[in-house]
Amino acid sequence: MTIKIKRGLDIKLQGEAEKTVEEIKAKSYAIKPTDFIGVFPKLLIKEGDKVKAGSPLFFDKYRENIQFTAPVSGTITEIKRGAKRVLLEIKIEADEKNLHEEFGAANPNDLSRKEIIEKLLKSGVWPFIRQRPYSTIANPGNDPKAIFISAFDSSPLAADNDLIVHGYGEEFQLGLDTLKKLTSGTIHLNVKTDTSSKVFLNSKNVQINEFSGPHPSGNIGTQIHSLDPINKGEIVWYLYPQDVLTIGRLFKEGKLNPQRTIALTGSEVLRPKYFKTKLGAAIEPFLENNTSDEKKRIISGDVLTGTKIDNTGYIGFYDSQVTVIPEGDKHEFFGWLFPSPKKHSYYRTALSWLTPNKKYRLNTNLNGGERAFVVTGEFEKVFPFDIYPLQLIKAIMIDDIDAMENLGIYEVDEEDFALCEYIDPSKTEIQAIVRKGLDLMRKEMS
Amino acid sequence: MKAIRKILDNIKPHVQKGGKFEMFHSAFDAVETLLFVPDHVTTKGSHIRDGVDMKRTMTVVILALLPTLIFGMWNVGRLHFLSHGETFEIMDAFWYGFLKVLPIIIVTYVVGLGLEIIFAQQRGHEVNEGFLVSGMLIPLTLPPDIPLWMVAIATAFAVIIGKEVFGGTGMNILNPALTARAFLFFAYPADMSGDKVWISEKADAFSGATPLGDALVGNFENIPSPMEMFIGTIPGSIGETSTLLITFGAIILLVTGVGSWRILLSTVVGALVMGGLFNLWGENAYMDMPAYYHLILGGFAFGAVFMATDPVTASQTNRGKYIYGFLIGFIAVLIRVFNPAYPEGMMLAILFMNVFAPLIDHYVIEANIKKRLKRAKA
Repeated sequence: MTIKIKRGLDIKLQGEAEKTVEEIKAKSYAIKPTDFIGVFPKLLIKEGDKVKAGSPLFFDKYRENIQFTAPVSGTITEIKRGAKRVLLEIKIEADEKNLHEEFGAANPNDLSRKEIIEKLLKSGVWPFIRQRPYSTIANPGNDPKAIFISAFDSSPLAADNDLIVHGYGEEFQLGLDTLKKLTSGTIHLNVKTDTSSKVFLNSKNVQINEFSGPHPSGNIGTQIHSLDPINKGEIVWYLYPQDVLTIGRLFKEGKLNPQRTIALTGSEVLRPKYFKTKLGAAIEPFLENNTSDEKKRIISGDVLTGTKIDNTGYIGFYDSQVTVIPEGDKHEFFGWLFPSPKKHSYYRTALSWLTPNKKYRLNTNLNGGERAFVVTGEFEKVFPFDIYPLQLIKAIMIDDIDAMENLGIYEVDEEDFALCEYIDPSKTEIQAIVRKGLDLMRKEMS
Repeated sequence: MKAIRKILDNIKPHVQKGGKFEMFHSAFDAVETLLFVPDHVTTKGSHIRDGVDMKRTMTVVILALLPTLIFGMWNVGRLHFLSHGETFEIMDAFWYGFLKVLPIIIVTYVVGLGLEIIFAQQRGHEVNEGFLVSGMLIPLTLPPDIPLWMVAIATAFAVIIGKEVFGGTGMNILNPALTARAFLFFAYPADMSGDKVWISEKADAFSGATPLGDALVGNFENIPSPMEMFIGTIPGSIGETSTLLITFGAIILLVTGVGSWRILLSTVVGALVMGGLFNLWGENAYMDMPAYYHLILGGFAFGAVFMATDPVTASQTNRGKYIYGFLIGFIAVLIRVFNPAYPEGMMLAILFMNVFAPLIDHYVIEANIKKRLKRAKA
């Protein structure tokens, strides 16, 4: 099936990763419980403990069978807590021994659904499988109506999945075979129309859908909405190509091998390129002697949806990209009046629409003050859903559960509103509002 | 620039919360953000933000209004000298009009912005840019000889009752500028209608009726040529007469996307449809007047371009915008032809549809909800 996404926006930024992969062994790794929505971590280890790759670190208090494991073998050096003792980071200093827990190699086609789920849960691979609505970790007890895999990322400076999966056809197919056992529905593998990746195009047991058009055509929410929208009470699962590879490796090698290829991007990176590393790697060795002298913001993920980390931080569990852009904490004389050629805007009231192919070096300035919503009819142009975005946002702001449900909150996630947030001249924190609404619905429905 | 920044940084601590001059916080903030884009950075969600903010969006509307304003000033002077039978140069006329109109603009802004700053201070908001546009729109909808105290009262009424009681810019139901005009129209009709008020310090012998007024009473022989009405050398409110320059403003709004083409188009279509229906009916001379005259008569063009397209008070859904605009045009012509008390139907039609816009949106959204429920059942 070919689907053309018409509404959206590609923000062109400087600092695209060069298509070469360098391997870096980070010394320090961390799992951040804050990466997982709705998880209340219960620790199984303490500082100083030795762990192997695949050893359990903590589990979810609400769903005890969902556990999270160490990505590498080494020593727990720090359990970092924040305000109100919220668990922020579990840091592991890697050793050179590369020890791992044994989960047993197997062909997923020979295993039952139950055996597969058990293996995934025990190895800590299960959290890669997430569900919509709410974007929480999938519930092993559910039978999702479909599983969606977005094989391309359309967000600014995103990593190229064709490059990342290149040469891993066997692992990818093994991962797909595993997923096939988990649903009675279809597995949708959504590729971009011009992909030449043999790994994706030769995949079996899946329905391959081709997508074209601007961002957010690569967002899983957009793809689900175009192919098989979620109705009240329905659940779909989703994951990304690197997650499928990790599942495939678990069954091929019998161990947790959370290898990740990360695109280091952004205007403040001197040599933007790809790095092969492991899940949860510290960011420091990647940035060493490789960034500008400006005051910077380091983002695990892309500029629209990523998480701010500092230069001693760690790459997020679900991220395959790190972006470094300048901070924008400067006053600008009459900046709102004179359209600067350095700024990008979606609107024609600035001049950037005259140079559509220019690549920008954008900073983190809000470019204005927060206001009530005034402009209408603009969000719709970057929001390819049959949903009224402004009305849904307002329903969430007043905690109107019925209205949220009626207006389609089950079909969306905060990342689907990222472009609305970007173009909003009222500078509202729309993604935070949407997350608040999703959290409220999740509590109400459980 | 650095010197200004330094001055601001010096003052800033004193007007912050707990400072000696805390009560001027909003006023200071308004000036500071006017001079400098704040150094605020993103904290949640998207790390980068669009280069355009509300200030810039509103500035474009003011830019679009400037041609009509300048023409309006010239026309005020021109009609004044003409009524006295005096000869004059272009600059004489403009200067005369400038001196007439500028005080109205100043009074509007001082009263309006003053109230906005007080409300912002009380609520702990930043001062909103909305009034920059309203403050320009209000003078343009008034006759040139309007007493300044009336301007002040009307502006205060519009800001407080029309906007702030609902929560400020973005929350209001009625267009603030039209609220001000409607207030004056009903409270002081002698200064807002008839054929005496439209020419500044008019000589008694000279007829000062607007073409719209002439049409209503059937004086069709007095109505100027369509070309004159299009260019705008006719009596009327300060900014409403020149359809030509209003069209120029409309082009700015449409190219920049600040004004909704859906509303504009459907408003024009609505007026032409109603005018066309009257042409078919043809019971009196007004009904027989060519439908397109309605577009260049009175405040239709000004209202359609600058008032109907106000995003806050219009329908907020794209489908709703078509209905909203169409009904504005349709009702405006209906009132003009049928209602002997109000020669100008545009103001009332827009206010009327302002009130109905949420209802239109409700049904548009209801259709979307029904569609979703139907899909769930299928």
